Amino acid sequence: MSTFIAIVLSAVLTNNFITAKTYGICPFLGVSKKTSSATGMGIAVTLVMVLATLVTYPIYTYVMVPLKIEFLEIIFFIFIIASLVQMLEKIIQKLSPPLYGAMGIYLPLITTNCAVLGVTELVIGDMSAVLGTASMNIGWAVLYALGAGLGFTLVMIIMSGLRERINCYKTPKAIAGFPIAMVTACFICMAFYVFSLITL
Amino acid sequence: MNKFKKITLDGLIYQNPTFMLVLGTCPTLGLISSAFSSMGMGLTVLVVLTLSNIIISALRKVIPNEVRIPCYIVVIATLVTFARMFLEKFVPDLYESLGGFLALIVVNCIILGRAEAFANKHTVAESAVDGIANGLGFTAALTVMGVICEFLGNGSLFGYQIMEFRISMLAKPAGAFLVYGICIALFVYIVDGFERARRVKANKLARENLLKEGV
Repeated sequence: MSTFIAIVLSAVLTNNFITAKTYGICPFLGVSKKTSSATGMGIAVTLVMVLATLVTYPIYTYVMVPLKIEFLEIIFFIFIIASLVQMLEKIIQKLSPPLYGAMGIYLPLITTNCAVLGVTELVIGDMSAVLGTASMNIGWAVLYALGAGLGFTLVMIIMSGLRERINCYKTPKAIAGFPIAMVTACFICMAFYVFSLITL
Repeated sequence: MNKFKKITLDGLIYQNPTFMLVLGTCPTLGLISSAFSSMGMGLTVLVVLTLSNIIISALRKVIPNEVRIPCYIVVIATLVTFARMFLEKFVPDLYESLGGFLALIVVNCIILGRAEAFANKHTVAESAVDGIANGLGFTAALTVMGVICEFLGNGSLFGYQIMEFRISMLAKPAGAFLVYGICIALFVYIVDGFERARRVKANKLARENLLKEGV
């Protein structure tokens, strides 16, 4: 139980992907102009992160390690993620057209999102800081991916709300767009820094 | 020759991947708390980008249009795997400090972006120049921000302690966002200023010529 809480807290708050690890910044800055699109992107990223971990972790532990081909992990993982995203897009399109209309446009963008490749690389690496004495298995890996996705969605929604307010005001030309978004992100990071003081 | 000069200036200033296009932000924000690791990241991307541009432009007539993106990804992922092995063996310090961001070069938008926007339409020599120019633009931007962040956030430069005073917030992601935002704003302001000055000068010349002709 304590491992469960440690993983969820670490993935969502203390080691949040955006504010502590700076993974997945492209969608964070690119798709956070409106709250509705930020939510759609967040949910799509969470779904792909969970599915990608569910596939890559067993392949790494049960196929690549026994065959001693760990050095090919980057090529394997990027291919698994790319084909998974394509497959997911087709399945959603067939099963639920309204859902496809809501998040279909975000799916192709996710292939080149650092957060997805980042989480699959993280869970096969050294996670002892989060796990403590427990050993890594597929359940914890998927839970970590789910938590990281939810943390990502949380920060996306906060950021899009703030940007909607900022767009109501006139800003000088040089700081309009990305610079003011970066300064906003700086304040979100400072707020989230408080969570990293929690010791588990 | 003029063509190569334009490609170089575009990569370094007018289309600078970090400040003008805001691409490849994840490694930038994650590593600028230390000047050494940000410069190492920049140089690694420079090498991978130049090689991938050369290979992709050499293969541009062979790769079918429908499956071009997977082909580019194979080329880039292979180059990154080589870069990772090379750094692990010969520069272990840099390998340690880059951490997870080394594998994430595969999904760096700059490399795929240059392959898609430039290398698949231009000759090998032009693509190589474009790769070097963009890589140098990225490296210069990262090194400048790395120096600022490390000096103010840690009181050191490339690992050498210089002063005791430090603002530790600048060595954290929050400070990285702040410094990056301010640097983009300054860069855009300065480039815009030069453009405006050039336009004013051109207008003045044109008016003088018109007056001369009128007289």
